[in-house]
Amino acid sequence: MCLAVPMRVEEIKGDPEDFTQDQIARVDMDGVSTTVRLDVVDRWPEVGDYVIVHAGFAIHSLDEAEAKKNIELIRELASHMPPELLMADGS
Amino acid sequence: MKFVDEYRHGDLVKPLAERLRNTTITRPVRVMEVCGTHTMSIFRSGVRTIMPAGMEIVSGPGCPVCVTSASHMDAFIEMAGKKDVRVAIYGDLFRVPGTHGSLAQASAKGATVDIVYSAMDALERARQHPNELVVFLGVGFETTTPGIAATIMAAARENIDNFCVFSTQKVIPGPLDALMQDPELSIDGLICPGHVSAIIGAKAYQPFVDSYGLACVVAGFEPADLLKALLLLSEQINEGTPRVDNIYPRVVSWEGNQRAIAMMDEVFEPVDMQWRGLGVIPASGLGIRDTYRQFDAQKRLSITLPEAHEPKGCLCGKVLKGITTPPHCPLFGTRCTPATPVGPCMVSSEGTCAAYHKYGQSESI
Repeated sequence: MCLAVPMRVEEIKGDPEDFTQDQIARVDMDGVSTTVRLDVVDRWPEVGDYVIVHAGFAIHSLDEAEAKKNIELIRELASHMPPELLMADGS
Repeated sequence: MKFVDEYRHGDLVKPLAERLRNTTITRPVRVMEVCGTHTMSIFRSGVRTIMPAGMEIVSGPGCPVCVTSASHMDAFIEMAGKKDVRVAIYGDLFRVPGTHGSLAQASAKGATVDIVYSAMDALERARQHPNELVVFLGVGFETTTPGIAATIMAAARENIDNFCVFSTQKVIPGPLDALMQDPELSIDGLICPGHVSAIIGAKAYQPFVDSYGLACVVAGFEPADLLKALLLLSEQINEGTPRVDNIYPRVVSWEGNQRAIAMMDEVFEPVDMQWRGLGVIPASGLGIRDTYRQFDAQKRLSITLPEAHEPKGCLCGKVLKGITTPPHCPLFGTRCTPATPVGPCMVSSEGTCAAYHKYGQSESI
């Protein structure tokens, strides 16, 4: 099961180079707090970054700016559409 | 989580949907997705109903529980029944039938079966129950393997002796290559799995472009992601320019997650693996290296895989290869339902049969 929703990093325990200690982050998703492992994350996150989590392990970290950049790419694709389609059924 | 909501927003989705609806495909084409979460998202979002005429979408072997062979299930169930053994599993595996019963039924008869969220939780059970051997059943793809590797390395560091892993971990490129060589299945394009690709990188699909001229798009799970993936696949196929497009760069890089790959390589090595429906595929599985053999349940408990038989009449094997769809199975919706599943594709919440049953689509492929 892939959970695509990124979780915001609130607190970090451990050191990226020190595997003898736990590497854990406390993360928040829509006000729900949980802990995830950072052992296999691609880039060690900072507080305020987001992580993508799979089966309890963060597998990717991204900052908010990166996420927004991607939205712009999709918007750009949408902007090639005629305006009347963008207004379709008003929603 | 505002920026995720934006991927579902009508402003983004509607124009993409209109554009897909108006896309003309120059010849009949077939695209495959190989991720259980894509399967569910495609059904849930209604993308199937606006596919351009001539374009078919089939599900491949992307649901880890579904591709777990009946022999492995039988071995899991046998192991759960051993004295002083506690098996720890991801929840989806609980009701999957083997030849005789499931882990759920074994549990009802007294076997100790713990459902955990992560391999680290299984290691925690080992700390809590020092007099039992905790066996984690590794069922998954490259997304879960690095975490299991990290867990085994943690167990080694802490000298936790009563923990081991029964690995049936699998890799995605191997079976895809086997499927592409199958003359029964003619695939033109691939929606590449989002999180598997986060680990192995988008570059893992370049060989499929080079060898088979396969159009590839790495996509996320939102409706906008999937619509854009189908648009790009149409474009690649129509223009005859197959390539790997990565439209999930917010998570997937070309090279993949090097930290996770290094950890996987430290603990696991390629082995031949049995897949439900696909048989044994060389080097398509990951076994535990000799360095960590004390954490290998198969070596530690001398487990040999029993010969198993697929349930009679069940077409999961063909569904997993994309050569038939669930409504063609004689058991679908009658003997085999989510409440009384016969095959794994109906058990798993991300199985193709469960998706067809839940969303009630019965169009033929």
